[in-house]
Amino acid sequence: MKKTKVLIGLASCGIAAGAMKVYDKLKALQDAEKLDIVLKRTGCIGMCFREPLVEVIDDSGSYLYGDVNEEKAVEIFDKHLKQNEPVKDYIVKCDLFKTKDDIFWDGQIKIALRNCGVIDPENIDEYEEMGGYQAIKKILGEKISSEEVIQTVLDSGIRGRGGGGFPTGLKWRFAHNNKADTKYIICNADEGDPGAFMDRSLLEGDPHAVIEGLIIGAYAIGAKEGVIYCRAEYPLAIKRLNIALDQARKKGYLGKNILGAKDFNFDLYVKEGAGAFVCGEETALMASIEGERGMPRKRPPFPAESGLWAKPTNINNVETFANIPYIITNGAASYSKHGTEKSKGTKVFALTGKISHGGLVEVPMGISIRDIIFKLGGGIIGGKKFKAVQLGGPSGGCIPEYLADTIVDYDSVTATGAIMGSGGMVVMDETTCMVDMARFFLDFTCKESCGKCTFCRVGTKRMLEILTRITKGEGKEGDIQKLEELAYQIKETSLCGLGQTAPNPVLTTIKYFRHEYEAHIIDKKCPAKSCKQLLTYSVDPEKCTGCTVCAKNCPSNAIDGERKKVHFIRQDACIKCGACFTKCKFDAIIVS
Amino acid sequence: MRVKRILQSKDEQEKNAPVDLSLMDHLLEKYKNKKGNLIPILQGTQNIYGYLPHTAFAKISEVTGLKLNEMYGVATFYTQFRLNPVGKNIVKVCHGTACHVQNASAISEAIEDTLGIKDGETTPDGLFTLESVACLGCCSLAPVMMIGDNTFGKLTGSSAVKILKEIKIKESN
Ligand SMILES: Cc1cc2nc3c(=O)[nH]c(=O)nc-3n(C[C@H](O)[C@H](O)[C@H](O)COP(=O)(O)O)c2cc1C
Ligand code: FES
Repeated sequence: MKKTKVLIGLASCGIAAGAMKVYDKLKALQDAEKLDIVLKRTGCIGMCFREPLVEVIDDSGSYLYGDVNEEKAVEIFDKHLKQNEPVKDYIVKCDLFKTKDDIFWDGQIKIALRNCGVIDPENIDEYEEMGGYQAIKKILGEKISSEEVIQTVLDSGIRGRGGGGFPTGLKWRFAHNNKADTKYIICNADEGDPGAFMDRSLLEGDPHAVIEGLIIGAYAIGAKEGVIYCRAEYPLAIKRLNIALDQARKKGYLGKNILGAKDFNFDLYVKEGAGAFVCGEETALMASIEGERGMPRKRPPFPAESGLWAKPTNINNVETFANIPYIITNGAASYSKHGTEKSKGTKVFALTGKISHGGLVEVPMGISIRDIIFKLGGGIIGGKKFKAVQLGGPSGGCIPEYLADTIVDYDSVTATGAIMGSGGMVVMDETTCMVDMARFFLDFTCKESCGKCTFCRVGTKRMLEILTRITKGEGKEGDIQKLEELAYQIKETSLCGLGQTAPNPVLTTIKYFRHEYEAHIIDKKCPAKSCKQLLTYSVDPEKCTGCTVCAKNCPSNAIDGERKKVHFIRQDACIKCGACFTKCKFDAIIVS
Repeated sequence: MRVKRILQSKDEQEKNAPVDLSLMDHLLEKYKNKKGNLIPILQGTQNIYGYLPHTAFAKISEVTGLKLNEMYGVATFYTQFRLNPVGKNIVKVCHGTACHVQNASAISEAIEDTLGIKDGETTPDGLFTLESVACLGCCSLAPVMMIGDNTFGKLTGSSAVKILKEIKIKESN
């Protein structure tokens, strides 16, 4: 009989949901009762909407418990672990029977996330047990040449997962073909897109996979030194990466003469970002590593020719690297059999926003957006109406409900005006105002513009001003045209991807939701009832009990009325703060 | 583009609360002659003092030969660097996409009301500094805030305020 294993999802999201308390509770119980089980941490299991998650694996199978708190942990300990009686009510996934959450897993294929939520990320042995570091052993053991490695990556059809979608094999070949005494390889872990957390989950859940991918890349292009550029907002990812690097060095996967290979030396270090979205752009990232302001520069020369410290450099995204060991171990065909003609393999998406099953999913390319949202994602919270989904963050665009049958592959998504991006999918329902969404993204890009290109620096600010005005009900005729004009100018005259794509959220919302812009500008109405300045608050005389709570809480004394009599809001004094609406216990404030 | 201003009253401030520059010796020794050392040095300095004191720049320049204008250039470019002293607890309220859609502004407003400060400011008792940030990577728990290394998810205005009050009680004991 094998020891029963208990896994607790301790990624940042799990910890934020209280998983550490659950872990401590179970540990205390185990110590107190001297129960012979293995209690261990693991990375993100993906079901963030059921966090904290605890998985029990015993002889009969695996049982995943969701929404666990300390009390439930005690119950699971007493019943399942001590008496072998699983607590069915809390189980969200099990090999032995169906649960209502199974829909979340159907259709997922885990390649990049193969070990996330399965292994202890701080233990290299567990990664090795799952077939880890086999790919680099195979390459060095069978003396596979760097050209052959590159060919395999090329044959797999994998394209960069950082957003651009450039074929990884081709990029490696360029860097390989440029001869130089020193070359660098960089992992882009800056993940600046707000609303995306794929890379964080990978680094926290399976850091060795990314490291092995980097070692293989270094071998292929001939780099001796590598850098993982990770944003400072991810302290746990940085900590786990550093632990993993130490372990890999001790086992001889990094350092001089890796695994005894005579002429293969490679080492890696983690560089902490300092909080600038534009540093996700490859040339800005390199400037940042060199200790300068993170400003992009003109390409060409491309990094493959002249990158970090003016040496040939290859840069890839975290998820791209995490796929590489799988491709080498299992062959190019094992990867390329998934997906569509031009977009091979799988893609990880972070589902967030107004979606029932927020979390991390990995699906084959070619699945429709509708299937992701309504099958895996469980539809919209509270059964509200699905309006649009934002792909690609501030560089991307909104895809409206009627285009939800678009499949996820680079070309189909680009055809809608959005971009595939790095994998953030923010779902919006009928209560989200699209003009406000556009304003939100412009606010972001305006702040994050590095200031180098005039149109990006000033143009985004002008666009933001117009959008802010519209959401305040001060829109003017001709504003939409002016926005479009500015948008095209910014796209044309910006040096880097930030400026070239910054207008996308505005352009796509104008394209698909022009009527909402018009409602704001002409009718001074916000159809989603989200722009506060455009709402009117009034009292429903049927429901008002005259409790005076609204009048007491009104900061501008705009509400009149005597105790036990129907109250009245003077529109000229109302500042539309919504305090009456939130404070009223009788739903007597009408918003229109 | 963000614009960060360097306070004119800075020298005054530091005269009143002198900064112990010797705390930086170890850091400077470690990075002195490394290429690309500017950002790690500033990050290390901020780890020591919680912000980048005016006098620290001069000392870094003296020891490493880095130029003052380059250092200020970098310090004002990246959001991570602060040029003013901060409170004991830095409250980072997420205003990333997912949190925005889930009404993060209600969290900020509730906190601003309770603490009586605005984004970027510090309470007079030096206990809290309020900052808004873009995405803490826990989007599925939106809206989210982070205090120190602890992340709190699925917040409402009142639950956020409750967390602050608990910290306040703990601190006053
Ligand atoms: C403004 C901007 C921000 C970017 N942010 C990221 C990022 O956070 N992570 C990332 O992997 N790539 C980001 N990229 C793309 C990188 O420039 C680069 O194309 C990518 O890291 C290459 O890796 P890949 O080929 O594996 O996709 C960004 C690009 C731009 C223009
Ligand atoms: S958007 Fe707030 S944590 Fe990501």
